[in-house]
Amino acid sequence: MTIALKSPFPTQAEIREAAVKPILQGGWKWWGLFAVLTAIIAAGVAAYGYQVMKGLSVTGLDQRVSWGFYISNLIFFMGISYGAAIASAVMRLTSVPWRHGLTRMLETIGLAAALSGALFPVLDLGRPDRAWYLIRYGQIGSPVVWDVIVVTNYLVAVLLFLYLPLIPDMAFCRDQLGQKVGRIRRILYRGLAVGWGGRPNQRRVLGQSITVMSILIIPVAAAVPSVLAWLFAVTVRPGWDSTIFAPYFVLAAIFSGVAALVVVLALVRKAYHLESVITEQHFKMLGYGLIALGAAYLYFMVAEYVTEGYKMGESGTQLELVLTGRLAWLFWTFVIGGIILPILAIALPFTRNILGITIAAFAMVLGMYAKRFLIVVPGLAESILPAGKLTIYHPSWVEITITVAAAAAIPWFLMVFFRLFPVISIYEDGTAEAAASGEGE
Amino acid sequence: MGEPGNPATTANSRSWSRRRVLGGFGAAASMAAAVTVIPLSQIPVASRPESIKEASATTTNRQWGMVIDMRLCDGCNQCQVDCQKTHYLAKDQEWIKVFTLVDDQGLKSFMPRLCMMCENAPCLKVCPTGATFKNPEGIILVDQSKCIGCRMCMVACPYEARYFNYKKPPTPPAPYPNPMPEFPVPQQQGTVGKCILCAHYTEKGQLPACVAGCSMNALFIADLNSDVMANGSGAIFQVSKYLRDSDAYRYKEELNTSPRVWYIAGHGQNLDF
Repeated sequence: MTIALKSPFPTQAEIREAAVKPILQGGWKWWGLFAVLTAIIAAGVAAYGYQVMKGLSVTGLDQRVSWGFYISNLIFFMGISYGAAIASAVMRLTSVPWRHGLTRMLETIGLAAALSGALFPVLDLGRPDRAWYLIRYGQIGSPVVWDVIVVTNYLVAVLLFLYLPLIPDMAFCRDQLGQKVGRIRRILYRGLAVGWGGRPNQRRVLGQSITVMSILIIPVAAAVPSVLAWLFAVTVRPGWDSTIFAPYFVLAAIFSGVAALVVVLALVRKAYHLESVITEQHFKMLGYGLIALGAAYLYFMVAEYVTEGYKMGESGTQLELVLTGRLAWLFWTFVIGGIILPILAIALPFTRNILGITIAAFAMVLGMYAKRFLIVVPGLAESILPAGKLTIYHPSWVEITITVAAAAAIPWFLMVFFRLFPVISIYEDGTAEAAASGEGE
Repeated sequence: MGEPGNPATTANSRSWSRRRVLGGFGAAASMAAAVTVIPLSQIPVASRPESIKEASATTTNRQWGMVIDMRLCDGCNQCQVDCQKTHYLAKDQEWIKVFTLVDDQGLKSFMPRLCMMCENAPCLKVCPTGATFKNPEGIILVDQSKCIGCRMCMVACPYEARYFNYKKPPTPPAPYPNPMPEFPVPQQQGTVGKCILCAHYTEKGQLPACVAGCSMNALFIADLNSDVMANGSGAIFQVSKYLRDSDAYRYKEELNTSPRVWYIAGHGQNLDF
């Protein structure tokens, strides 16, 4: 007797159908969500307009805490972005067999979150009209200028990283979708396919380019959290004055990036009924990854706090503020609700299902936002002068509105993007048929 | 440089403290050199910024610094009042700020904190546009027409001596069409401001507003090149001797920022803040 095992991985036909489903499936639900997200973004734009008129006095910032939500957002959104990009690159390079349904989504999250995050340095400026002075008068000794360089570099890299595997898919859309899509999209596909015909030399060049980009994106992306970390670590402020910050930020980025992927994956799967292509197996594998990353983050955090706290020097008061002081509620909510409980939820068999893993990942994303806030704000809240006073920062409605809008811009971008481009890589579908027919890698 | 036609610098005959006290520095220096056995070269190395040695060998520049004698300060805060009046600053722009220190015995002393004019200034290093710069006389200034308001300097300054103009600064009664780093009036919203050691006064040989306004004469403006300093009473002292005799120290010496502001502790209290 032979038992027909159902492969956890889908067939080529299933993938092709699933990949273009969002392109063909619009409907009132899509437009409804699109309208809601657009309205939220518009509110953010309006709030920023108000800030430009009134100046940064409309924020909750003051002379003591001069960096707040905007800088936290920069780290958070850029973190999700390069986390997603690095995860995709590593999965490609190590040929993880279940990566095929995920790489496109990871790379798109990478681009969407980067566009959101890269806005914040400008939103945070007192004189945004002078942002171009960073280039005109740029002083290479300043970490702010390093930041401009690595973020610009990264934006180009992540765009290329997303685009390269998209070329054959554009040809597929050009050839297969035909009259099912409108004229503008037909022109778009023809243009972006850049004459792809699947010829052997084209395949070879593309394959090599993707491999090179997968390697390059890792240092290019890792440079971003590292330099962001140095914005803090080059100062003498207690809590920031740390050698561990760059790798700490890189790890945090990958952790939050993978967690965000799980959330997006669950939403996309549900919205477009991709159950056959994105399986529970994907969630479990990513869940195991999240356990490892969460535990590693916990380890870094303990390593950081133990060495700082043991000496109880200037950073002692800063640490007290976080561990037992006015911000302790946020810190312990993060540790328990953002790391320990989610890890348990994924580890325990009875919650290790798609819903459980998704909720755990969402808690991790929120937790990492809280942690970014806990890195930026307490470092400034505690005065480093004798008899200086503690300042507690509360974000204003302007900052909150802009933050929510920037977060809404990510699903907004994904919705629009997957309306235009296949949500799953068709070229790299990783199916047996593709391998047999010489397609795929 | 400066504002020759500036009301703030010309309409000041009201005060004895605006005499050209510092104009006598050159003469006082040569006199001091003649009568004293402690030349500049004998200031303890730890408290003598490197660039002064070089500068004094080649130029006759002023190199401005500040000495704050906390034994004299009574915490009246007049220095801040006069500073804010002179530069038309909003209340939250505390370019000079007096902190109240309480030691183990409950004794109070007062520590005025202004820009330390660091030789090795962290704020200058992190400025992305070069808006922060050091003038030839050792004063750290901000060119507010170049500042983009990123506030990196504020988080980098170990002395919390920098202030962001969140709100629109108060409008001075007379128009100042051309604010410049040496006299940044009015302040520009969205940029960072800080103590300028009254570069607009010192270049004319006048006392900074805080020094002139200090009724306790606790603040001294010092020319490190000629080794002479003066307080609000117009009294002249030799910097090196005064610092050594009174065990002066620099705040957060261990950070290697090499401040040009020296403190003299009030009541022999613990200096390890």
